[in-house]
Amino acid sequence: MKTPTRWIKRALLYGVVAVFCFFSASPFLWMIITMFKQDKDLYRSANNPFIFNLPPTLSHLNLLFNNTNFLVFMRNSVFIGVLVVIITLVISIPAAYSLARLVGRWGERAGIGIFLVYLVPPTLLFIPLSRVVVSLGLHNSLWSLILVYPTITIPFSTWLLMGFFKSIPKDLEEAARVDGYSRLTSFIKVIMPLSISGVVAVIAFTFTLTLHEFVYALAFVTSSAQRTISVGVPTELVRGDVFYWQSLMAAAAIVAIPVGLVYNIFLDRLVAGFTMGAVKG
Amino acid sequence: MDETVTVKKKWTDGFRFWSDREDLLGPLFLFPAVVYIIALVGIPFIIAMAYSVTDVTAGNTSLDFVGLQNFQAILKTDQFTQSLRNTIMFTVVSQIIIIVLANILALILSTDFRGKWFARFLIMLPWATPIALGTIGWLWLLDSKFSPIDWVLRYLHLLGESGALLGEQKNLYYLGRLELAKASIIVIYVWRMLPLSAVILMAGLTSIPQDLLDQADVDGAGFWRTFFQIKLPLILPIMSVALLFSLIFTVGDMAVVYVLTRGGPVYYTQILPTWAYLKGIESGALAEGSATALFLFPVLLAVAIMVLRFSRRTEVT
Repeated sequence: MKTPTRWIKRALLYGVVAVFCFFSASPFLWMIITMFKQDKDLYRSANNPFIFNLPPTLSHLNLLFNNTNFLVFMRNSVFIGVLVVIITLVISIPAAYSLARLVGRWGERAGIGIFLVYLVPPTLLFIPLSRVVVSLGLHNSLWSLILVYPTITIPFSTWLLMGFFKSIPKDLEEAARVDGYSRLTSFIKVIMPLSISGVVAVIAFTFTLTLHEFVYALAFVTSSAQRTISVGVPTELVRGDVFYWQSLMAAAAIVAIPVGLVYNIFLDRLVAGFTMGAVKG
Repeated sequence: MDETVTVKKKWTDGFRFWSDREDLLGPLFLFPAVVYIIALVGIPFIIAMAYSVTDVTAGNTSLDFVGLQNFQAILKTDQFTQSLRNTIMFTVVSQIIIIVLANILALILSTDFRGKWFARFLIMLPWATPIALGTIGWLWLLDSKFSPIDWVLRYLHLLGESGALLGEQKNLYYLGRLELAKASIIVIYVWRMLPLSAVILMAGLTSIPQDLLDQADVDGAGFWRTFFQIKLPLILPIMSVALLFSLIFTVGDMAVVYVLTRGGPVYYTQILPTWAYLKGIESGALAEGSATALFLFPVLLAVAIMVLRFSRRTEVT
């Protein structure tokens, strides 16, 4: 009796999944088809845009890698991302532990305060920060972004890790201290290994936030050699009114797909991080 | 020989002493974060407020107090009121769509099915992609001449011939027509923020105790009943967190409008951040730019406090 309804339910489930997948992935599908197309094939509106009417070509990838600053943008973005992840971890891990365990009653309030800092978006601060960057002599340098990006990543990371540390039973630390560990060493040797998921979530999130950031990167950096992927591709691969669509699509797809894969691999940990950090924290 | 031992012992004692002092360790651990935030968020925020009540420009950086003149001046311009309206409209509409779809998506992704890993990869892609690059993809997808959507519509005889449902012209000109341009912007916001909201909601769903759901099953509660009477109330706090995140990302974003329409047609899709950028950075009117950028802060703060309070209240019960 139950089998037909179950079958219908399954079909319904797959149908809804397909709709969501199509909505999310169609721009990427379009990117991948476009990037291998010849100009003569692409710029004929009568052609079926979803198939290769003329044989595919790699010439636009060649243009992207050899005649544009794409690789420079990539290198800059990775460099900034790695440094900002390190700065964020060094500053927010102790801060989160302090808020969760050490500073007691006003820790919670300070935690909310830090979360509120996260609500001040870059779109609000880019004008004064551009003056700060100029006065430090960092304008037009990617170091300005390394200096400023932790303002986005520290509040979030601290908040997430705080929830994580809170969810670890206090008994564990007390047991460690009975065994002769100090407060500090029990934190390093007992708490940190248990918080790996939280740290992974913070790394994944921090790196993507820096990779995605647009406002500061647009406002502070104008020289091509210092630009990030996020600003470099849409502003510099368009020459005047000419859009090199195939190369642009290739640039977007080449960044999107690996990051998406990495994200998917760490997604369970990210969900775990959110569960511990946000739900129970 | 003896001396080095005592020195070493003294040193370890000292280390042991301060590494056990919570009253020192607590502030010490917190200090770098607080200094960083005060220096690079607190002070700039004060500078922004100061700028907004002075006549500062990029060329003349002396601060002369002018009161609320900047606010009065920007409020008089059509561009500003249009930007404000757009910001609010884009944000509210996209958040409503996101929260509804994210609930559905989170429910689906927390069941098991074949090919889930791949489906999840595709669904997460928009969030993993830098928004400026994703928007470039949409820009080409919505191209005025070569949009594949138009091609499909023409193929289905809905466009581009006499008597066709969507008109006789060959293309829909998504970004050239006001309503379509606005709708496109909202669609991109939804496309981008949906994965993150769904992930946060999934975190909420996985934290619901299984025995509660088993009990509901035993009691004969169906899918809808379980969802509305058990899951939804339990994930409300985390739903408010998801909402807050996607709200901040949407309000704090200028890449979508900047890359997709540049505020056009004319200035009808301009939002506050892009308008502040044009004023403050491109034309150097720091004061008016700051006033524009600051305009939303009170609203954002009020919403944030409401959401945080709400999430705590529901947590207690």
